[in-house]
Amino acid sequence: MNNSMITIKNVNKTYENLTALHDVSLDIKQGEFIALVGMSGGGKSTLLRLIAGLEKPTSGSVQINSTDTKSLIQVMFQEDRLLPWMSVLDNLSFGSKDKNTKAHAKELLDLVELGDYADHFPNQLSGGQKQRVALARALMSHPKILLLDEPLGALDALTRRKMQDLILDICQKQNLTTILVTHDVEEAARMADRIVVMKDSTNSYEETCPKNRNAGQIGIVADRVLGEILEEPEVQQQTA
Amino acid sequence: MQKPVTLTTTRKKINLPIDKLLPFLIPIIVILLWQVSSTLGWLSSSVLPSPIAVLQDGIELTQSGELPKNLSISLYRATAGLIIGGSVGFILGFVNGMSNTFRLLFDSSIQMFRNIPHLALIPLIILWLGINESAKISLVAIGTMFPVYINTFHGIRSVDPDLIEMGESYELSKHQMFFKIIFPAALPQILVGIRYALGVMWTTLIVAETISASSGIGYMANNAEDFVDMETVVLCIVIYAVLGKISDLVAKSFESLLLDWQNTGRSNA
Repeated sequence: MNNSMITIKNVNKTYENLTALHDVSLDIKQGEFIALVGMSGGGKSTLLRLIAGLEKPTSGSVQINSTDTKSLIQVMFQEDRLLPWMSVLDNLSFGSKDKNTKAHAKELLDLVELGDYADHFPNQLSGGQKQRVALARALMSHPKILLLDEPLGALDALTRRKMQDLILDICQKQNLTTILVTHDVEEAARMADRIVVMKDSTNSYEETCPKNRNAGQIGIVADRVLGEILEEPEVQQQTA
Repeated sequence: MQKPVTLTTTRKKINLPIDKLLPFLIPIIVILLWQVSSTLGWLSSSVLPSPIAVLQDGIELTQSGELPKNLSISLYRATAGLIIGGSVGFILGFVNGMSNTFRLLFDSSIQMFRNIPHLALIPLIILWLGINESAKISLVAIGTMFPVYINTFHGIRSVDPDLIEMGESYELSKHQMFFKIIFPAALPQILVGIRYALGVMWTTLIVAETISASSGIGYMANNAEDFVDMETVVLCIVIYAVLGKISDLVAKSFESLLLDWQNTGRSNA
């Protein structure tokens, strides 16, 4: 049985003379947590935007294998993109047409430990709190696929670690298919089931992460992935 | 669960009574010095009548009904001109801000027209419309249209594209996109335009009523000048200052009401 959620086949994306993606093919299973890592300009965010439907591929196909068509995919960006003139609760509920929206929004605020902040405005929150609101908002429409475009990039180390745990916990409990774009290979090694290295506009390397990994294993995976990104010959030999 | 932070407004407040009284300090000092100078004879009444004389003149003109009549006609012209000009400016700013086609079609012509000083149109408008109400209202409308247009246009064009993209990812309809994202994001800039337009409104009205009118505060001042009635001339100037201040207060109240989220902030991080 094929439980593939996202099938990307021979995707190319060009902007005038610039090639952002070249012949990318990737299969992502339902419930899988994928991390896209690589240097800036490698095509990570472009691939994420194609999956989100925010852009169209120049050639090739991005297929979402689900019978649900409404609100299937939600994106969480590096910037929180909260509407500053709306309260936290309204920020969560503004895009939803569900009658029980407010109650659901409150549940999600409790889930991200911000239940007492429903009536606050975004400028009354810290960076980490804003990102938690953005995460709750992304979950409002019961998505099956969660796309995370460097959502933790601007956070301090401690807040970042807490957010990693929170995202992992939510994604596992809700069985979300998740794609995380990050520059941080340790974050990728810590969170993902599979790490995909994007280099020279294509997916050049994949690493499957062990289950229930410890700090040592995370370090080894991160070193190996970093080696692939930087093309260090020694690390490549170790991998072989 | 985390406890919410204590909320305060970001603008630090001085003790409340001083905070309220401070803006009136300089006007009060100026009026007191003015009155003292007049009483001691340092300031001739032919140069500048005393504040008390101006006040007495104001009372007499109010009792005779002349001041309320002229004041109400000036307020009518100002309000009608602002509503017409502001509405046209907003609609043009909205249309050009939202549509590239309309922007390409209209913006260049509007910018060209904007660069003509609207007061230079007075002779033309008198020739077209005479010195009746429509002439003065038209002048105020033309004057107030451009600040509202420019600020509405730029407010809409400068909405954060990330927020638009976020709205698109939530599959908002065009109607929802405008009312939930674009208009609230552009509102601070639109209100700046309205506030600026209020200033232009009074300036235009003063000039229009001074040059071509048979009623209104500007006419009253002009008429008083003919009779060397210094008290009434100064009274009219003071009335314009008061009306300008009231307009500014109204605009500020709107800003506080509509943009209250801007005044909230965290007391601790």
